[in-house]
Amino acid sequence: MARKLPPVDVVLVGFGWTGAIMAQELTEAGLEVLALERGGWRDTPTHFPPTLAPDELRFYWRHEMFQDTARETLTFRNNASQTALPMRRWGSFLPGSGVGGSGVHWNGQTFRFLPSDFIAASHNADRYGPLPDGMTVQDYGVTYDELEPHFDRFEKLCGIGGKAGNLRGALQAGGNPFEGRRSDEYPNPPMEMTFAQKQFGAAAAELGLKPFPAPSANMSRPYTNPLGVQLAPCTYCGFCEKYGCGNYSKAIPQTTILPVLMGKPNFTLKTHNEVLEIRRDSSGRRATGVTHVDVHGEVFEQPAGIVILCAYPLQNARLMMLSGIGRTYDPRSGEGLVGKNYCYQVVSSVDVFYEDRYTNQFVGAGALGMVIDEYNGDNFDHAGLGFIGGGYLACWTTNARPIETHRTPEGTPEWGAGWKKAVKENFLKSTSVSTHGASMAYAQNHLDLDPIYTDVYGRPLLRMTYDFTPNDRAMTAYLTDRAREIAARMGGREIKVNAREGAYDSMPYQTTHNTGGTIMGSTPQNSVVNRYLQSWDVPNLFVMGAGVFPQNAGYNPTGTVAALTYWAAEAIRSRYLRDPGPMVQA
Amino acid sequence: MRKSAPLLIAGSALLGSAQAGQANDFSQLERGRYLTQAGNCQGCHTPPGEEPFAGSRALETPFGLIYTPNITFDTETGLGRWTKDDFWRAMHEGKAKDGSQLYPAFPYPHFTKMPREDVDAIYDYLATLDPVRKKKPENELPFPLSWRTTVKGWNMTFFEPGVFRPDPAKSQEWNRGAYLVEGPGHCSGCHTEKNLLGADKKSRHLAGGKLENWAAPDIRGGRHGGLEAWSKAAIVEFLQTGRNAHSAAFSIMSEVISYSTQHMTETDLAAIATYLKDLDGEERAAPATPDDAVMKAGAAIYFDNCSACHVSDGSGVPRFFPPLAGSGNVNNPDATTVIRVILEGARAVPTKRHPSPLTMPAFGWKLDDDGIAAVATYVRSSWGNSGGAVEADEVRDLRSLLAGGPP
Repeated sequence: MARKLPPVDVVLVGFGWTGAIMAQELTEAGLEVLALERGGWRDTPTHFPPTLAPDELRFYWRHEMFQDTARETLTFRNNASQTALPMRRWGSFLPGSGVGGSGVHWNGQTFRFLPSDFIAASHNADRYGPLPDGMTVQDYGVTYDELEPHFDRFEKLCGIGGKAGNLRGALQAGGNPFEGRRSDEYPNPPMEMTFAQKQFGAAAAELGLKPFPAPSANMSRPYTNPLGVQLAPCTYCGFCEKYGCGNYSKAIPQTTILPVLMGKPNFTLKTHNEVLEIRRDSSGRRATGVTHVDVHGEVFEQPAGIVILCAYPLQNARLMMLSGIGRTYDPRSGEGLVGKNYCYQVVSSVDVFYEDRYTNQFVGAGALGMVIDEYNGDNFDHAGLGFIGGGYLACWTTNARPIETHRTPEGTPEWGAGWKKAVKENFLKSTSVSTHGASMAYAQNHLDLDPIYTDVYGRPLLRMTYDFTPNDRAMTAYLTDRAREIAARMGGREIKVNAREGAYDSMPYQTTHNTGGTIMGSTPQNSVVNRYLQSWDVPNLFVMGAGVFPQNAGYNPTGTVAALTYWAAEAIRSRYLRDPGPMVQA
Repeated sequence: MRKSAPLLIAGSALLGSAQAGQANDFSQLERGRYLTQAGNCQGCHTPPGEEPFAGSRALETPFGLIYTPNITFDTETGLGRWTKDDFWRAMHEGKAKDGSQLYPAFPYPHFTKMPREDVDAIYDYLATLDPVRKKKPENELPFPLSWRTTVKGWNMTFFEPGVFRPDPAKSQEWNRGAYLVEGPGHCSGCHTEKNLLGADKKSRHLAGGKLENWAAPDIRGGRHGGLEAWSKAAIVEFLQTGRNAHSAAFSIMSEVISYSTQHMTETDLAAIATYLKDLDGEERAAPATPDDAVMKAGAAIYFDNCSACHVSDGSGVPRFFPPLAGSGNVNNPDATTVIRVILEGARAVPTKRHPSPLTMPAFGWKLDDDGIAAVATYVRSSWGNSGGAVEADEVRDLRSLLAGGPP
């Protein structure tokens, strides 16, 4: 029997980036907010001080920061003809756990999606004709212009370093000429570029492209954000993605919001409390709170006026399915919406090896890179190409960690003396041009509950059915070719093309950019949440995170996830609290 | 005397001693609240995380542990039965309600400088706090110190009761600063070296002291003083925000800033700065040049472990990671704080202005005594610093002491 706790105004399920932003905004509005986090407390000095943080074995190979697959994982298959099997070890993507969520171990590459990304269905149909059969891409229901002030807020919260390309409609030299109009410059200058970025920039410019420095949440200088919280300059140690930053140099909830939020009397955080279910009243139209279980196995009922799902996208979708809210998507009938439009991303790369130039790629940072955006979104004419969407190409120098990173040229043996020799010769002398491609939604790629496997509490695991689509394959082939052109001009001895071919493989790491499953849209017939991320079915339930993306764009998602969270928070503050109920009439 | 002091001190027109009506007077309570903060009463009378002002915090003195009393107005365990006169006598003469002597760990040698009006205001403020029933543990003092009358002798030698007398030759601001520093602020409690009996060495006033295994730096602001390089504005910023271009507060000073100085008016902080800047120090003889091999080893450890934050030239990242070049802690002849920070790490105090608890990690698990001595020596002898060498034995002794073992 669950012990009933005193009610709160708002309960947040999960406490990463979206939870921290939402908690900050709603406590400012005077609400009493409780966050429930299934993992533990984490702060910089205790959990990843610089004396511990760069420990590859502990944090990456032994997965200290990631969700514990022995308690809960997901099952995976490429298509419905296969039996999905549990992922016993994370590979392709790395869901986080603990305070700060995956936001603690991200790289810090902080993009805004393109204006056309938010209207991918209508824009592409207008320009190229009807979308192909089976492609279920749709518009977000919110526009870039509406989100612009919220992108700006997040960039200032995080101290993003970058160079504007489109400042209030005026194109700026050195920035991304394709970006939507920005109301302000980035709060910090770009990071210091290294040899590899300079080679990439020169090669791209020779090809008539417009390289620009990547927007970075790794600090290019000391920064104090609008909340008064301090971020220190990055030391380019190369331990960002998969690691916590011990130098306070990467924007994460701990370095941007938590020092202020944790001191508020109307905020409470409970760690090691996993939400099992969203509770509803007898009408099913109103959430009454959540059921959660603590580390001792005691189960609680937590009543709340508003329930906001702030967990990782895969968790949010699963929790809705486990709570019976909305109908789970069935690709055979096309009915149901929860779990629909699961998307991922399609990445490839071209390595460049130098003979006598040192790239010293261990001098890196998660978002240290030069980028070109000519082949992203609808920045180029797709006529006759057989795909829509695209991605950016970039030369990143994010790390050269000794266990993980050993780039070797074509024809190198995979082990033994020959491999060691090649690693030694090339460790300091190589770089790579990567492509970061969008993933367009297709009817067959989706999430649902696994019929066989369960988690530590006996609840069905989430089942992922995913494979690359014809659009993905045509797109990645095109982008890889463009990357090859640039890489070939970067002055190296040789290049090596790492194309993305064959079926999607859940093991090699690609990106942790899982999207969809709780998509947003314009009607209850095409989406789980409305343009304010409010559940159509249960108006006092809101769903944050990249799960609301109807399809993925060719960028890293965190900037857009955060902007959507601020957008939803503002709608809750300015509209919902005054008139609780559906903010969009169906 | 009593009539002139409050005019100077609070700029208020309150005259005379406590009158019945004043206890509920808002401005009187505000004045009491402000002075309670200025004196950082909460710091000593609250164990970390427990009820404010209810006492039982253990103060480590060189003589043993002294537990602070409950100063909420609980009738059994606190000040509930104390009259204003009782309270005045405690603050002014160091005597408890029953007439017994209080130990000078309670800074009555400083509080005696407060005029009756200020002490009454504190009484009135404390009386508004929720009373908390909490009995303090017995002090852990050896005989004969456990015998409170021994304090009588101490008082005869070291204690001069008497309220603050402004120096007419100095400005009003200087006098206000002097009153705050020497009276309620009791800065010399930490920043002045003590003699064998625990009394301030007058000749070493505010030139650096030692408390609870921390070495507090010289805070004299004039020529040759520890704060010689600090402007008045820098002193104000430090006390108000916990950070400035030179330093960041941690350990006991972080409590002082957190509970006390960050809440004080800028005018008062400027007065403190004016007073401190007027105190000249003494020129120090340069310490012997450290051994070359030790400096080399220290430099290597520094570049691997410290330079990411404190930068290779010791310049740090002002207001984020304190500069080590020119640091008062680093240059303190007593290396205790430097060694301790390397062993245990340190946390910059979060304040209203700077809520980030920026923290240096502990290196005690990672570096051995020789390594810590070498890096401390390197830091204390580089970039214009002249703190002098640190020996491995000093590190070993402090490590052992902090672990609860024999020095």
